[in-house]
Amino acid sequence: MILIHCPYCDEKRPEIEFANAGQAHIARPLDPSGQTDAEWEAYLFIRANPRGRHHERWRHVHGCGRFFNAVRDTVTDKFEATYKAGEPRR
Amino acid sequence: MTGFRLETGGRVDRSQPVRFHFDGKTFQGFAGDSLASALLANGVMLFGRSFKYHRPRGLVAAGSEEPNALISVNRGLGRFTPNLRATGVEIHNGLKAFSQNRWPSLEMDFGAINDRLGMFLPAGFYNKTFMWPRSFWDKVYEPAIRKMAGLGDAPTAEDPDVYASTYAHCDLLIIGAGPAGIDAALGSMDSNKRIILMDEQDELGGGALADPSLWPWLERSVKALSDAPNVTILTRTTAFGYYHDNFIGAVQRLIDHLPEIEDMPREKLWRIRADEVVLAQGAIERPIVFGGNDTPGVMLSSAAKVYANRFGVAVGKALALMASHDSGWHDMFALAKAGVGISAIIDVRESVDSALMHEADRLGITVYLNHGVVGVNGRHGVRSVDICDYGNQQVRRIDTDALLMAGGWTPSVHLWSHSKGSLKWRDDLGAYVPDQPNENVVCVGGCSGDWDFGKGAIIDMLPTPKDQSRIKAFVDFQNDVTAKDIKLAVREGFRSIEHIKRYTTNGMATDQGKTSNLNGLQIASSALNQPVPDIGLTSFRPPYTPQTFGALAGHAKGALFQPTRTTNIDSWAQAHGAVFELVAQWRRARYFPKPNENMHAAVNRECIAVRSSLGIFDASTLGKIEVVGPDAAEFLNRMYTNPWKALEPGRCRYGLLLKEDGFITDDGVSARLAHDRFHLTTTTGGAARVLNMMEDYLQTEWPDLDVWLTSTTEQYAVIALQGPNARKVLEPLVEGIDLSAEAFPHMAIREGRICGIETRLFRVSFTGELGFEINVPTAYGRAVWEQLMAQGAQYDITPYGTEAMHVLRAEKGFIIVGQDTDGTITPFDAGLDWAVGKKKPDFVGKRSMARPDIVAPGRKQLVGLLTDDPHIVLQEGAQIVADPNQPIPMTMIGHVTSSYWSETLGRSIAMALVAGGHDMTGDTLHIPMPGKTHTAKVSGVVFYDPKGARLNV
Repeated sequence: MILIHCPYCDEKRPEIEFANAGQAHIARPLDPSGQTDAEWEAYLFIRANPRGRHHERWRHVHGCGRFFNAVRDTVTDKFEATYKAGEPRR
Repeated sequence: MTGFRLETGGRVDRSQPVRFHFDGKTFQGFAGDSLASALLANGVMLFGRSFKYHRPRGLVAAGSEEPNALISVNRGLGRFTPNLRATGVEIHNGLKAFSQNRWPSLEMDFGAINDRLGMFLPAGFYNKTFMWPRSFWDKVYEPAIRKMAGLGDAPTAEDPDVYASTYAHCDLLIIGAGPAGIDAALGSMDSNKRIILMDEQDELGGGALADPSLWPWLERSVKALSDAPNVTILTRTTAFGYYHDNFIGAVQRLIDHLPEIEDMPREKLWRIRADEVVLAQGAIERPIVFGGNDTPGVMLSSAAKVYANRFGVAVGKALALMASHDSGWHDMFALAKAGVGISAIIDVRESVDSALMHEADRLGITVYLNHGVVGVNGRHGVRSVDICDYGNQQVRRIDTDALLMAGGWTPSVHLWSHSKGSLKWRDDLGAYVPDQPNENVVCVGGCSGDWDFGKGAIIDMLPTPKDQSRIKAFVDFQNDVTAKDIKLAVREGFRSIEHIKRYTTNGMATDQGKTSNLNGLQIASSALNQPVPDIGLTSFRPPYTPQTFGALAGHAKGALFQPTRTTNIDSWAQAHGAVFELVAQWRRARYFPKPNENMHAAVNRECIAVRSSLGIFDASTLGKIEVVGPDAAEFLNRMYTNPWKALEPGRCRYGLLLKEDGFITDDGVSARLAHDRFHLTTTTGGAARVLNMMEDYLQTEWPDLDVWLTSTTEQYAVIALQGPNARKVLEPLVEGIDLSAEAFPHMAIREGRICGIETRLFRVSFTGELGFEINVPTAYGRAVWEQLMAQGAQYDITPYGTEAMHVLRAEKGFIIVGQDTDGTITPFDAGLDWAVGKKKPDFVGKRSMARPDIVAPGRKQLVGLLTDDPHIVLQEGAQIVADPNQPIPMTMIGHVTSSYWSETLGRSIAMALVAGGHDMTGDTLHIPMPGKTHTAKVSGVVFYDPKGARLNV
């Protein structure tokens, strides 16, 4: 069971306290109605599936409840970094 | 071979005889014996029948790597454990053990005919032969194969034992308490580290237990460690898996070795998080591959030493050794010292260290160098062996009753590999050893390849002058895989060891190839003419040895498998005969049958009561979220399809929630309590999901909004009071709220008191009748319910369950999200256009409702269905076709989502999702069901009181 560092609690906690919430750094368009079908499709459906470094969102659902961002290696399953929502991409 | 107890020696307690049973016969051993050593001491050599060929099999090993001696232990009803290794079962008085995979008896096994038919059972035989005809597999081939090939019987009775589990944390976890593990513990003992030292055996020592010269050291060391307050010692504890971030799973066996079943857990699962791990799992000796190497009496040389020195048992009267490694010679010298008779040492090598030759000479042991065993005589035990002089190809016969194998050593890298540490091939050892770690872990001792057993030759199998295609030289004893099978796989084109493994099943038995993997690799390497590292290595996966389901499940079984959530009113429903159903994790009353009433009759009665007078319903399971803050209305306006900003405090609104893809995900009536405070309700099953979704948008998309979300589902008991007499019952019980129609209209909320308890009183209806939903603090739920029951008695107040609730809502065309929608239904598909704020610039899901596929014609839309025969209740889930006479497979245009008998209407009603359904009103559709195809006409979804006159009273 992986240990994940929650950037809000500033503690490493067991994986079962967390829930994965998909790819990170996909901002909801500010004016969805102004989006073309293709732009909206890209926002809604198109996701990366990298081998290696992956930016993803996690929620400390059985802890502080906060969503945060993480860089995880999809091959080794190791977390490179976790950081608060709103902070720049690492 | 006939084993016997030596006059002296061993660690067994000869003053404590133990009587036990094997296959119904009674035997005697000593305290400290394993089942294997005790039976061996009694001259038993036959321990089981092999998996495929039903060949007689004896002990190969003395530890948990034993592939052959799988036995069952029966401790009474529900306490039957199959597939235990006899080497790991400690005997106790009254132990009842049984051999497996034989019929009618171990000595005379009908299935042994497979051995004679062996030439017809090569690798891949089952795959090749039983493919045709396909229909024969389930009824003919599989049952027959299962009967013939197999392991022990699975227990059928429920396990009455209790299994414990615990979490532990330590600075240093040492797995394996042989000399290397004990040294590691002693070395760190004086630090402040919290240390856990574990071993799968019943006492510490590992290999030292078979070396009397180390016993004084062992005794001193164990005492020192036992006295150290920072060291926890766990014996009979198997570390079965190594997971991320130094998380180790281990099972401790607590009572199986005791004569009486104590009132305590049978096993304990340890989940250990360690800062640093030391793996000291040792190494496993490798068998040698030659014809007849599975005959009972052919075993690992290190095992014979363990039986003699640890248990005081000789495995035979005249032992011969077949060696390719020095370690076997040392074992023979130790056996001679222990008083065991020696016949000869045979070594495949042309020369060995002169010190070994001198010692053999001194002990009077005959040595045959550059020789190999080419035949083993005897079926149920070794009588003699034929050896070949590779110099002149002369074969001679040697009398012996036990043939030992010393084929070198395989480091136990199982847990290291679980942790994803890398391995490197060492030509000198002919084995993989740990290379780069992936966690904070080190390997010490045998499992790191660090041993002083001497040198050896790396061979795939012994050369033989015989026709190789006619000999059975076993590689994997437990799965009956021979060298021939592996060569056949290579001939048939398999190249990767992963494929060879699966085709031949080498290493796929319950021992996961502990004794077979490396020999299999060597044989494949020779057959492919490629070095071993180029062929790869199969993965090691948990568990290291088989573990019980009980240990892994722990307390999570029966009622504790997952929590059952109950409301404060649940105990009343229980006491009044409710029939329950599970909704998500909630236990909800489905209906309240009177004596001799079936569900149909009860539901009809409950529905009529609500429509004609008064019903009462426990709605406490509804999800509830308190939304508070200056931007609360703005937040809800962005989340829900409806407009929220203009909603006045004191009023309610039906809210429809979409996901960003435009499809309905939840709904519920919510109330505005104040300018900055809302009381949301969600579906029973959707509460957690909706809160998570709202938190997601609030935290990550709109962090500028000043809003707080709090789950209040369990803070309120909710009682729905529904029916024309609802107001009359409430009036005398409510304080501070004007209940009149003018002051308290439909879709409003008021705060006050009921029965003296503070309440949030909603005037809402999921039935179409005048209705109220009374929210009170959870602890008062049942008390208020009972007051309402007493007050409502004059109106024959009737408790109703979820089944009647479903009928009542369907009569009004109210949808259930997840039943009438399926995650692909938009508000327009569901006929809920009215709930979408047309003027709102944005809300979650709005943009998606303009996607090309969402606006295209022919989408499935929610409609009502009225069967032509009003007594036919369609099956929910039934498919719908436009033309019943079209050829099969028919084009299905939709399906029935809700269907009930409506006692109020005196006919059946149904809702359905039908392609283009909104334009089909009045059309006849066809619903094929078992026995008959029914016809129904498309209608609107509101079957009762379409104008809502009954609500606004």
